[in-house]
Amino acid sequence: MKRTITALVNNTSGVLNRITGLFARRHYNIESITVGVTENPSVSRMTFVVAVDSMQNVEQVIKQLNKQVDVLKVKDITDESIVARELALVKIVASPQQRGEVAALVNPFRATIIDVGRESMTIQITGDHPKVEAFIDLLRPYGIKEIARTGITAFNRSTKKPVTDPYRLTLIN
Amino acid sequence: MSTKLENKELETVEEPKELSGSSMLIEALAKEGVEVIFGYPGGAILPTYDEIYKTGIHHVLARHEQGAIHAAEGYARVSGKPGVCVVTSGPGATNVITGIADAMIDSLPLVVITGQVATTVIGTDAFQEADIIGITMPITKHNYQVRSVDEFPRILKEAFHIATTGRPGPVLIDLPKDVSLATGLFDYTKEVNLPGYQPTTIPNRLQVRKVVEAVMAAKKPVILAGAGVLHGKATDELLAYVEETKIPVVNTLLGLGSFPGDHELFLGMAGMHGTYTANMAIHESDLLINIGARFDDRLTGNLDHFAPNARVVHIDIDPAEIGKIIETEIPVVGDAKHAVQMLLDEQSESGDTKAWVEKLQGLKEEYPLWYQEDGETIKPQHLIEIIHEVTNGEAIVTTDVGQHQMWSAQFYRFNKPNRWVTSGGLGTMGFGFPAAIGAQFAEPKSPVVAVIGDAGFQMTAQELSLLQELHLPVKIVIVNNASLGMVRQWQQLFHGERYSNSLFPIQPNFVKLADAYDIKGMKVEKVSELKGALEEMIAHPGPVLLDVRVAKEENVYPMISPGKGQHQMEGVKPQ
Repeated sequence: MKRTITALVNNTSGVLNRITGLFARRHYNIESITVGVTENPSVSRMTFVVAVDSMQNVEQVIKQLNKQVDVLKVKDITDESIVARELALVKIVASPQQRGEVAALVNPFRATIIDVGRESMTIQITGDHPKVEAFIDLLRPYGIKEIARTGITAFNRSTKKPVTDPYRLTLIN
Repeated sequence: MSTKLENKELETVEEPKELSGSSMLIEALAKEGVEVIFGYPGGAILPTYDEIYKTGIHHVLARHEQGAIHAAEGYARVSGKPGVCVVTSGPGATNVITGIADAMIDSLPLVVITGQVATTVIGTDAFQEADIIGITMPITKHNYQVRSVDEFPRILKEAFHIATTGRPGPVLIDLPKDVSLATGLFDYTKEVNLPGYQPTTIPNRLQVRKVVEAVMAAKKPVILAGAGVLHGKATDELLAYVEETKIPVVNTLLGLGSFPGDHELFLGMAGMHGTYTANMAIHESDLLINIGARFDDRLTGNLDHFAPNARVVHIDIDPAEIGKIIETEIPVVGDAKHAVQMLLDEQSESGDTKAWVEKLQGLKEEYPLWYQEDGETIKPQHLIEIIHEVTNGEAIVTTDVGQHQMWSAQFYRFNKPNRWVTSGGLGTMGFGFPAAIGAQFAEPKSPVVAVIGDAGFQMTAQELSLLQELHLPVKIVIVNNASLGMVRQWQQLFHGERYSNSLFPIQPNFVKLADAYDIKGMKVEKVSELKGALEEMIAHPGPVLLDVRVAKEENVYPMISPGKGQHQMEGVKPQ
């Protein structure tokens, strides 16, 4: 299963190495990871998507992260009400005649054309994972020259939905 | 020797002063009450060694950095205080890796200072540069590279705090040469402020009450006491709790000494070479109370058969250990002392366990640890028994890993805490002898016996130099079977007796080696000479090396073979 975990960490050099090293040596597979500074310049937020076999493994991931001195707070936000976004840059083959057609696709997805060449266009899309996937799928027939994607970055929505999942992870202390 | 200073008094009267990085280090060591440091100088750490020269802090010059770090581990294990090790950059630093990994897995508090090339050349593959931060990230509790002298006091204070609180562990500080020469304001009065590091020491009372209820309901409870009981200094509380509740106790390898070895409710060590009774107690228990053990695979055997009928309670200061290996019904996060004291406060009796205790005591009688005598050939188990006898069970015993380690664990009964220093988790050959040197520093008056295999001894034998130089009365007993004993045993049992590179057909003359270092050396080959030689060894005021030629093909039994469960022990009785 895939779980989305966020961690607030001290914004010190080497902290990303500490975290990814921990994942690697304990055989947890990271699907994506994003890091950026928060409103507090001494604190960074990391968002991971990890693939694990069981909830016990998720619990172990979180506990191991918590053991790190540079980790301030860890949360599994998968089952919570969250805002999650990723970004993709897609360069497609597009002749001058096709540009209008592509522009029509871009609009409903609220994507942006950010570069136009003689025979190609580059489009930027942001959104949750399925939206980005769907958009790339639509562009595929034109011929994709290059894709660059970020992992997701996420946090909780301002209004929280009540949690009903009885198997939701609770950690003592 | 000691530059011990009272922390609190200093903090109130001392003004921050301008110091160099290296003098900050010495100052901080004094404030932390560090009496001795183990180390080895080199280029990048020279300013620190210059400071050591000036201030006269007690420094033990090992003959290899590996010796220094294992000595620091031995000191930490016996004293309960952090072991401090100072080495240079590059090879100096990489030579302490094994000891750091060993301390990490066995939860020993260490503060390791490594020199580093100047910040101006870090990253250029400079002379004696190694990325020690990257290398030690997975094997330290935390590590630091000091980028500026201004942050050094804070880092030093944090390092000692992290190493010694919560679950103890090694902390490394990488000190670039220019930082150790630069000057800054030394202010050691500030409180440690680490929001990301807040170990829970006081357990949740509701969780403790659940344990109490589980104990009342249990018919076959058993306590598994690990090294966490020793680190948490909870041995008195554990004894009191067991005497109140009459719950039998088994130990892990590293937990030996946390409960009196000759107590009627003690069942022995559990695990691969534990007692049959201890393993069967876990196997048949309906309640397993783990206090400060991490369910190592050498303890559990095949997990599919581990404690199949037991409700599991796990008390540990490290929440990440709970549920890591064994699903836990009642987790209790806290240190052993508080947790067991809380249990004691809540509980003075248990359910009806009389039949259970009687059954286990019957097993204990029926399946004692055993070996067969063989004329004048010295059996290693017999050797350990006699060491126990001639030291009245009072010695600090250190070992490497392997057969001699298991025989020591089986046949030396530990009644007191902090008398057993062994490389448990990492299983480090070459550990025991230098660890004995550190142990002797921690307890200068106690007899210290390093029980070492002939192979492991040859990995760090150069530290013999220290015994003579420092007048350390460490007694070395080489359990000499001219082989890598445990490797040989496994090759015999699981590799069709193909002894690939595990036998030493030619052995050095260990007595002459001792002589070369001006140490009393003796060799024993016959049972009839054994006790006399050991008595002579103990009576001798200085260091002694005793080369004991034991039965070469003796195996460690009983044994859980790989893949087998705890109830499938082999060799529980003589054939």
